[in-house]
Amino acid sequence: MNKIVSKEYLSPNVVKFEVEAPLIAKARKAGHFVMVRVGEKGERIPLTIADANIEKGTITLIVQKVGFSTIKFCTLEVGDIITDLVGPLGNPTHVEKFGTVLCACGGVGTAPMLPIVESMKKAGNRVVTVLAARTKELIMLENEMRKFSDDIIIMTDDGSYGNKGLVTAGIEMVIKREKVDCCVTIGPAIMMKFVSELTKKYNIPTIASLNTIMIDGTGMCGSCRVTVGGKTRFVCVEGPEFDAHQVDFDEMLIRLNAYIDFEQEKLKKISL
Amino acid sequence: MDKYSEERTQSWRVELRNSMKPKERMKIPRAKMPELLPEYRCHTMKEEVNLGLTPQMAMTEAKRCLDCAKPTCIEGCPVNIDIPTFIKNIERGNFLEAAKTLKKSSMLPAVCGRVCPQEKQCEAQCIYLKTNKEAIAIGYLERFAADYERESGNMSIPEKAPANHIKVAVVGSGPASLSFAGDMAKMGYEVVVFEALHEIGGVLKYGIPEFRLPNYVVDVEVQNLKTLGVQFVTNCIVGKTLTLKDLEDEGYKGLFIGSGAGLPRFMNIKGENLVGVMSANEYLTRVNLMDAADPEAETPIFRGKKVAVIGGGNTAIDAVRTARRLGAEKAMIIYRRTEQEMPARIEEVKHAKEEGIEFMMLRNPKEYIGDEKGRVIQMLLQVMKLGEVDDSGRQTPVPVIGETELIDVDEVIISIGVSPNPLIPQSVKGLEVTKRGKLVVNNETMQATIPNIFAGGDIVRGSATVILAMGDGRRAAKGMDRWLKNQQ
Repeated sequence: MNKIVSKEYLSPNVVKFEVEAPLIAKARKAGHFVMVRVGEKGERIPLTIADANIEKGTITLIVQKVGFSTIKFCTLEVGDIITDLVGPLGNPTHVEKFGTVLCACGGVGTAPMLPIVESMKKAGNRVVTVLAARTKELIMLENEMRKFSDDIIIMTDDGSYGNKGLVTAGIEMVIKREKVDCCVTIGPAIMMKFVSELTKKYNIPTIASLNTIMIDGTGMCGSCRVTVGGKTRFVCVEGPEFDAHQVDFDEMLIRLNAYIDFEQEKLKKISL
Repeated sequence: MDKYSEERTQSWRVELRNSMKPKERMKIPRAKMPELLPEYRCHTMKEEVNLGLTPQMAMTEAKRCLDCAKPTCIEGCPVNIDIPTFIKNIERGNFLEAAKTLKKSSMLPAVCGRVCPQEKQCEAQCIYLKTNKEAIAIGYLERFAADYERESGNMSIPEKAPANHIKVAVVGSGPASLSFAGDMAKMGYEVVVFEALHEIGGVLKYGIPEFRLPNYVVDVEVQNLKTLGVQFVTNCIVGKTLTLKDLEDEGYKGLFIGSGAGLPRFMNIKGENLVGVMSANEYLTRVNLMDAADPEAETPIFRGKKVAVIGGGNTAIDAVRTARRLGAEKAMIIYRRTEQEMPARIEEVKHAKEEGIEFMMLRNPKEYIGDEKGRVIQMLLQVMKLGEVDDSGRQTPVPVIGETELIDVDEVIISIGVSPNPLIPQSVKGLEVTKRGKLVVNNETMQATIPNIFAGGDIVRGSATVILAMGDGRRAAKGMDRWLKNQQ
């Protein structure tokens, strides 16, 4: 159980793992996540399930090195066992035939978007995907996304690939040329904040999938709480997806940095 | 004659009873628990505060017990331990037999001896109180017998009925589940416990700090259950990883839900989501389950210097004493009533005071104030007074209009209760829950609204004690056994 069966670098900072987890493979749906812990001193962190293979009994985790624990996770090799792996957690993505669905993702949000793009397509939607990154070599999963997207727009900050500009510029291009019935966005909190502000202007219902700090992932600790529509909600059991226009992203950004000093100390101390 | 009276008429017991006059027995002062010095223990995370009675102290304390013909203490115990029998075994020096007696009724005596609110249960019923004397120290003696047995290396395994090859599943591994699992295993069932976290023990591991209940004490009790044949699966969430149907397909005939407390409650006041404000569950889970106080641990923890804990229960006291041990110079309990109404165990309040914890009574948070980085730096407190008596029999605290206080804090821990865990009610269709999310069960059999499902502990009660959860587990085991036998 929990054995890593394949490992592949999608970019220097993003690693794709296939992990033996037959029960989770069977139970998971798009939008679900797992909690993982590496080593007896390890931290519990949430990772979104990018894909699953029921026959092989494996799930796919795409991990971006963003902090100590994700960097540590990426040192695992084929044959290694993940100390603890539990899931699937959270609520699955609400998938139905909306019409045209715009999927806007960037950075760490690209991997969790893949199963949503697939499900939205299979539900009969026209799917337009906006895939954003800082530069060409950080664009990932393009071919996989193309498979389930009717159209795909690539955005890079430096213009080294696709169009030059931020994810919001790509979204605006789509909104201006066709009617969008629903938008789904996953990425860094700051990106989702700007996506949300943009789609609000155009009155397009928007779902954001939030990735907050969690410990147990089962509703027990409350460290994942966010304010949605003026109310405190728990991302782990009530999310991870919420109406983006109601989310207090500024508060979320502050809470995501709660342990930033600790994180930097840890990174300084240990060379991985 | 009931089983308790029968035990009482055994010849050794009669002889022991007659060996000392009640008057003499009543002259003996109640044992004092040896404990670590407050100034030392404030700086040690894992060393237990209470050191336990010596055999000599335990035997002397046991002499105080009058071995009443009608032992009301048994009625005060939620699992009806045969208290006089175990105490008299201590008196005659047969400590292993005392432990055996405990284990007939309780799967976790070393745990209960440490965390039960005895002063509200068995000890509250002691005849000594009627004569204005201190009750027999039943809790200390329970702990003594259980610890003695564990350290002797001669752990007794309760008698087990022949295997009946009926599979039952248990959700969660806290006190309700462990107690249920033990009783079912004794009756011959094949029991598998599914735990969501990576450790067995539920609240005994993630909630109660080691200075009050060391992890090894819990681990040994879990090991005993394994010896009894109970199987444990960690990292598995029933309702998520496995559905109820999956379990039925695998041949499980009954399911016990002891999934415990879920969502921590907040007050929905301004500033509650500032950095540095958190639930007691989060704070204690970081320290207890994730061992965040260990410099090697990868889970972060704030080490606040001015820490306010909101609430007056055992969890609040656990949190504030943990904060003190993590270096808080000022560690405060903020409670909206007075000390008399605090639900915490008296011993914990005493220990907290010795450790320099400040008790700010009749205060309720009104707002938290943060700095430009979103970190909490101050809190505004509303001064309260006690008003009318409410349904719980306590006086309702009401605000004193216009009276507030602003105090400096750098960490706030909220411990005002929890709602039952929503995962199971969310994922099992047809389970009836109350408005507050508690599972609806038959109070006697603990059967839920789906016949093959039984439940107990915080998922049914909201938030209760370890021993009440264990009592639920016992009743549910009886209830499920009867129901399963009727099905055949």
